[in-house]
Amino acid sequence: MRPLTDTETQTLFSKLANYTGRSLTHLITSSTSIPASSKSKKDEDNRHVFRLHSSRVYYLPLYLANLATSIARPNLLSLGTCIGKFTKTGKFRLHITALDVIAPHARYKVWVKPNGEMPFLYGGNVVKAHVGRWSEDCPEHVGVVVYDMKDVPLGFGVTARSTAESRRLEPTGIVTFRQADIGEYLRDEDTLFAT
Amino acid sequence: MGVGRRMKKQGPPTPLDESLVTRKRKQVDIPPTANGVGKKRRTAEGPPLMSGAILREQKATVNGKASKDKPLKAAKPNNINPKKAPSPPPVEEEISEEDENTDRIDDLDLIEDGLEGVGVSGLDALETDDEDIEDDEFDIADSDVVDSDIEQRTRMWSEDEDDSDAEEELNAANIEGLSRKLDMEQAIAETEAQAELEEAGMQTNISGDKPKVLVDDEDEDVAGGTSTLAPDLQLLRTRITDAIRVLGDFSNLAEEDRSRAEYTAQLLKDICAYYGYSPFLAEKLFNLFPPGEAFAFFEANETPRPMVIRTNTLKSHRRELAQALINRGVTLEPIGKWSKVGLQIFESPVPIGATPEYLAGHYILQAASSFLPVMALAPQEHERILDMAAAPGGKTTYIAALMKNTGCIFANDANKARAKGLIGNIHRLGVKNTIVCNYDALEFPHVIRGFDRVLLDAPCSGTGVIAKDASVKTNKTEKDFMRLPHLQKRLLLAAIDSVDHASKTGGYIVYSTCSVTVEENEQVVQYALNKRPNVKLVSTGLTFGREGYTSYMGKTFHPSLKETRRYYPHTYNVDGFFVSKFKKTGPTPANAVLAVNGKNSKQETTAVEEFVDKTPILTEEEEEAKADDFGGWDEEEDREYMERAKKAALRKKGRDPKADKAKAKSSDGTSNTEDGQAKKFKKTKKAC
Repeated sequence: MRPLTDTETQTLFSKLANYTGRSLTHLITSSTSIPASSKSKKDEDNRHVFRLHSSRVYYLPLYLANLATSIARPNLLSLGTCIGKFTKTGKFRLHITALDVIAPHARYKVWVKPNGEMPFLYGGNVVKAHVGRWSEDCPEHVGVVVYDMKDVPLGFGVTARSTAESRRLEPTGIVTFRQADIGEYLRDEDTLFAT
Repeated sequence: MGVGRRMKKQGPPTPLDESLVTRKRKQVDIPPTANGVGKKRRTAEGPPLMSGAILREQKATVNGKASKDKPLKAAKPNNINPKKAPSPPPVEEEISEEDENTDRIDDLDLIEDGLEGVGVSGLDALETDDEDIEDDEFDIADSDVVDSDIEQRTRMWSEDEDDSDAEEELNAANIEGLSRKLDMEQAIAETEAQAELEEAGMQTNISGDKPKVLVDDEDEDVAGGTSTLAPDLQLLRTRITDAIRVLGDFSNLAEEDRSRAEYTAQLLKDICAYYGYSPFLAEKLFNLFPPGEAFAFFEANETPRPMVIRTNTLKSHRRELAQALINRGVTLEPIGKWSKVGLQIFESPVPIGATPEYLAGHYILQAASSFLPVMALAPQEHERILDMAAAPGGKTTYIAALMKNTGCIFANDANKARAKGLIGNIHRLGVKNTIVCNYDALEFPHVIRGFDRVLLDAPCSGTGVIAKDASVKTNKTEKDFMRLPHLQKRLLLAAIDSVDHASKTGGYIVYSTCSVTVEENEQVVQYALNKRPNVKLVSTGLTFGREGYTSYMGKTFHPSLKETRRYYPHTYNVDGFFVSKFKKTGPTPANAVLAVNGKNSKQETTAVEEFVDKTPILTEEEEEAKADDFGGWDEEEDREYMERAKKAALRKKGRDPKADKAKAKSSDGTSNTEDGQAKKFKKTKKAC
């Protein structure tokens, strides 16, 4: 387990910024879930950090990262929230487990109707007929978080077309390409957390 | 296999009811077809009374044959009928009597059913008698008017008409043959019934004298106690219940010159055969309870526990979740007053483990019993908590939910493959404060200590969850019940050593197993109390559950063991479970046996003993070594290396080598060549 290097940080942040936009800063500053009354030392402890462990990136409060140093490397399996992993070529791939981190800060969103939930959870792309609502002014090929109509995040993907173009699309046209969905917890349980 | 047996087991009572039902349906169904035909014919000729009576008899016997499963009941009419059949005159007398008493009985059908055994022929005759008079009035009603009351009547009449229809066909020629045939049938049925009665002799005996439970050897073979044939489950079951009854009131019900032990042995044998337990396990479980309760326990192990889900309060609320699931067509209900997060699922049209709510982490499938240790642990926010055997994560995530994702949880599991599911659940449920590691839990005090609370849900034999995993019935041997408690004891000591006694909010250890045996529960707790004077048992804070044993089969435990809680499938409809909660009051004394080193120290002593035997061989080798070209063996220099390696090994294990220095020095002081060698030997032992 170690902090990320500069290049790694850059790769990771550019990826995350694709989904969160400028609110990425909220991820790194300590004010996310801490009451204002807490002291500065505590504040520092509760600041969230990214840690790399066996090519996976974890997002966790600092105090947790400090505690985890007691665990030997081969024995450490997971800590905090797994964001994704660096591929051998140095690219970063977000996992579905990152949904909890990016969903609260998502910039562009797509809400799918109840009849579109299951197709999406089975790994399908979001088609126009299933879209209940979407963020306006969404450009092409940018990350979006997919919600159901009750605002429960289901996964994320990239837009296939800008919102304006999508309006002219036929109902079966794909609006969002799926990248990850919570169905993976069942489908890819074996590979998702393999170390 | 289990299901099949259950089906059979539930069998015995049902045939009685079923046959009744089917017979009734027959009576209802048949008439309409015969209805019209009967009417037409009857107008041509008046029905002879006597033959009607005989026909009814025929019906009775037919019924008796149709429902072969209930010969006991069928036997009754058969016994009575033959007396009446040959003597028609008394029947006529009866008719006149009844005629006077009951001029118009509206629902003869009912009475007929009730009295079938007693006065069949008489009533029958009555009906046919009435019929003649009333016939014309009801002819019209029969045809087209539909009225509930009338319908009932029509049924009644039509049935009789059915009889009279058949009566018509009788004539002097065949009536004799028919009655002979009936007699024969009756005789056959009677013998059959008698045989059945003898076989199921116990049932009739119940109200009367003492039940015969203990069987002779030849009987046993028939019953299938030891034979290769499939055992007669019904007989086994009656014998089990009888034996339990006898054991419950031994002085009154037992046969003379039979001891309690004999009855118990027979009962155990039957239980093994009936439920498929290994004799060893059956005895172990049987001894936990009084006989009647043991039977209930074994029975409960055959039925599955209700499916329960736990709301993940990090992401949802129980009411919301319940509403969402109800919208999907799931029938559910809160699990009970004791839990605010449990929901019991009765039936679901969708797979409960694959709904969008499940995937979104709003709930987790978790047995009700595994709520209990976490509730006993009562984790507080901002604490540091250790879950020593965490997979598959139901308890860990519950702890995190109770802590509202603050503080820190170390979720450890010794099995890497199982840890995968654990990580999956942790992420799915949105738990963010967990560190998942893969250690042998025994090592944990050396990895990190100072926890506020430790949960040890120890690996166990699983005798509490036989309903879930029936293989436990046969695959657990005596060895398992020595090996597992040994491991559990060491784990519990490790758990105790990991806790920070000075913690402001905590200092608690919860030890739980999904086993019901005393070896894995009370004895382990007692062991920990003996080995660690700095812990005491405290109340688990659970509102229900049975107190742990303070004495069991000659063993007495510390009185505070009544603070522990036991759960059984037959009492609370949860899995068999044991929960105990310790409070650590002071530091572990220096001379205490460490969980890990306890084993090592034992090895050391044995090593010394072994060494005595091996001395001559070693010295011989030494001499050889000195003699050869290599330059011999420098004792002094070697010791230095050994010392260094030893320190390194200690450091590797996470222990402070300086702490052991005093010990090392003291042994050094008395060192001679032999001692040095002994230590070398020790070290090699340790290394392996």
